[in-house]
Amino acid sequence: MEAPLEQRYNFEVVRWFTVAAVVYLVVGALVGVYIASELAWPVLNLDSPYLSFGRLRPLHTNAVIFAFGGCALMATAFYSVQRTCGVRLWSDKLAWFTFWGWNLIIVSAVISLPLGLTQSKEYAELEWPIDIAIAVVWLSYTFNFIMTVANRKTSHIYVSNWFFLGMMVMITYLHVVNSLSIPVGMFKSYSLFSGVQDAMIQWWWGHNAVGFYLTAGFLAMMYYFVPKQANRPVYSYRLSVIHFWALMFGYVWLGAHHLQYTALPDWTGSLGAAVSIAMIIPSWGGAVNGMMTLSGAWDKLRTDYILRFMVMAMAFYAMSTFEGPVMSLKTVNALSHYTDWTVGHVHSGALGWVAGIAIASIYHLMTRLWYTEMWSEKLVNAHFWTATIGTVVYIVAMWVSGIMQGLMWRAYDEYGTLAYTFVESVDAMHPYYAMRAIGGGIFLFGAVLMLINVVMTVRKSVSQGSLQQARAAAAMA
Amino acid sequence: MAENTAPKGLQDRMERNIWGLLIVLAIVLSVGGIVEIVPLFYLKSTMEHNQYPEIVWAQAGQQPIIAVAEDGKQKWNWKPGDGVRPYTALELAGRDIYQREGCYTCHSQMIRPFRDEKERYGHYSLASESMFDHPMQWGSKRTGPDMARLGGKYSDEWHRAHLRAPRSVVPESVMPNYPWLDKAAVDGATIQAHMSGMRTIGVPYHDEDIANAPKLVEGKTELDALVTYLQVLGTMTKLDESKAYRE
Repeated sequence: MEAPLEQRYNFEVVRWFTVAAVVYLVVGALVGVYIASELAWPVLNLDSPYLSFGRLRPLHTNAVIFAFGGCALMATAFYSVQRTCGVRLWSDKLAWFTFWGWNLIIVSAVISLPLGLTQSKEYAELEWPIDIAIAVVWLSYTFNFIMTVANRKTSHIYVSNWFFLGMMVMITYLHVVNSLSIPVGMFKSYSLFSGVQDAMIQWWWGHNAVGFYLTAGFLAMMYYFVPKQANRPVYSYRLSVIHFWALMFGYVWLGAHHLQYTALPDWTGSLGAAVSIAMIIPSWGGAVNGMMTLSGAWDKLRTDYILRFMVMAMAFYAMSTFEGPVMSLKTVNALSHYTDWTVGHVHSGALGWVAGIAIASIYHLMTRLWYTEMWSEKLVNAHFWTATIGTVVYIVAMWVSGIMQGLMWRAYDEYGTLAYTFVESVDAMHPYYAMRAIGGGIFLFGAVLMLINVVMTVRKSVSQGSLQQARAAAAMA
Repeated sequence: MAENTAPKGLQDRMERNIWGLLIVLAIVLSVGGIVEIVPLFYLKSTMEHNQYPEIVWAQAGQQPIIAVAEDGKQKWNWKPGDGVRPYTALELAGRDIYQREGCYTCHSQMIRPFRDEKERYGHYSLASESMFDHPMQWGSKRTGPDMARLGGKYSDEWHRAHLRAPRSVVPESVMPNYPWLDKAAVDGATIQAHMSGMRTIGVPYHDEDIANAPKLVEGKTELDALVTYLQVLGTMTKLDESKAYRE
């Protein structure tokens, strides 16, 4: 007889990461809704330095990317690597170091960003002592993962683990190079790079934080959790191989498309755009691979709300990986750059795809880690609808406002002078900023429903004694 | 590990060997970054001042930007249009505040070569203009207008009123109020340390630029510093409409 799960694997650290991810989802979305409201109603800045938009916006991005996204990645990687390799994590101690270290970094971000301690590099605002801590904790996560795979009982390494590994290596490169700086005080440093070189490095980091952290890592979730939830094997092995290597090689080049028509040399931006267009193929290959995994199981969508979430996420993945390359084209970028369209694009990826697949994976994990069904299936369905509707309201608002901004800025009247002053474009944005705040609010409401459901599921598991039974079985064995 | 069959091809080998997969990944992942980033450090065409040296102030680092005499009198060795130079102590203090308040989240400092941007903001930005910006503040979003050539467009008094309460001068603005800036003083020793750090990474400061920093910021508030920084943006170099600085 095989040893009980609770003895074979370290699920405890996964449980902590899972619950932490749900808490951070609510916190990150809450800060997001607040700053969205500040743009619609600036009085909400409350004349306080700690609540002003410029300081809270990095807190929002760091909270959703590193706190929510990070904990979701760590929970799912630590869970699936154990299950696919058939072995326990290489080191329990190192896994707990990763957990407490990562959460300490999150706490230090929550304190330091409102205080205005920032490197002012987008998505890499945290100051140098925290950057060092991130590097150490990230490597502890990576090393534990690699050693667990090295210890595996299976002959081959499963596809989700390729994606996790690719993310871990690339994020190490990106974080180390982009964060190189000279400390000039305990919490102040200047980037080693300046001007155009710094811009290219910043967007090499920025776009690959999206491409690897928020895409490769979450594709790993797709490759593990979609087949598990649908109870079907991955549609095509060949497609996985193509998807993987094309993504690993290609994504790295895309950062330059953030700098079209800037002082970055033309060759770099064009190269970035060319590879961006080519990336539609592997991205859609991946989306198809995930979707088609459901073939023969489509009827499950009627009853399985977790699977619904997954399909919605993959649809958003396909949509934003089409929209992104379109926006990287020079003619489109000339209009879309600097506008809300970019913000909308990011959120169709972040809310629709990243949060969608992570939320679905977390619901799946809840049932496996606490040995019980979700407290309320209806609430999962309600979350599905609020998340979907909230995301759509958000991105529609940003499409309209973004395109409108772009058109207003370049409009000329019949005398050949600019038709609008800048502030007229700001004024015209108000209804859409309000609509965006509402869309975000609906999404946040769904996240709160999830938190309630998760807490109640844990309580249910405790009152049923299902987790205790699993632990007792492990102790007996 | 159960090696039940012989590996078939590279993919199969990598799927059986984590170290092989790791090494191949490490190589594949490095290509794009190397190709796009490394040439920017040595290709002469990247920085416009290689072809048009007048863009950069030739005296940078050879004489102080502002000379301070024994009696405390200040004399500028640089005047607007002389070319791109490192920031003075007060400007750098202002730039620190610009970073701290996250101004880059809503304002860009990068004008693109379009007709409407030229009319709204001025000549398109050059790479050489931000060569001393560690890090650059090009930004990615224009919730507010571009700042690259803001200097001289409004009076100091307008900026003060606008920063304290933007809606007092621009009713439709969504910018936060910054009432705390004129209550905080700029610290000379801190700015000195910041300038020394900048010099370590290649910003050409003269010894006196750094030595005189405390004198140059004495009695100044954060609001003074920020306004001084905003007023120098885009005024350093004079660009010639007839020259094609970029292809």
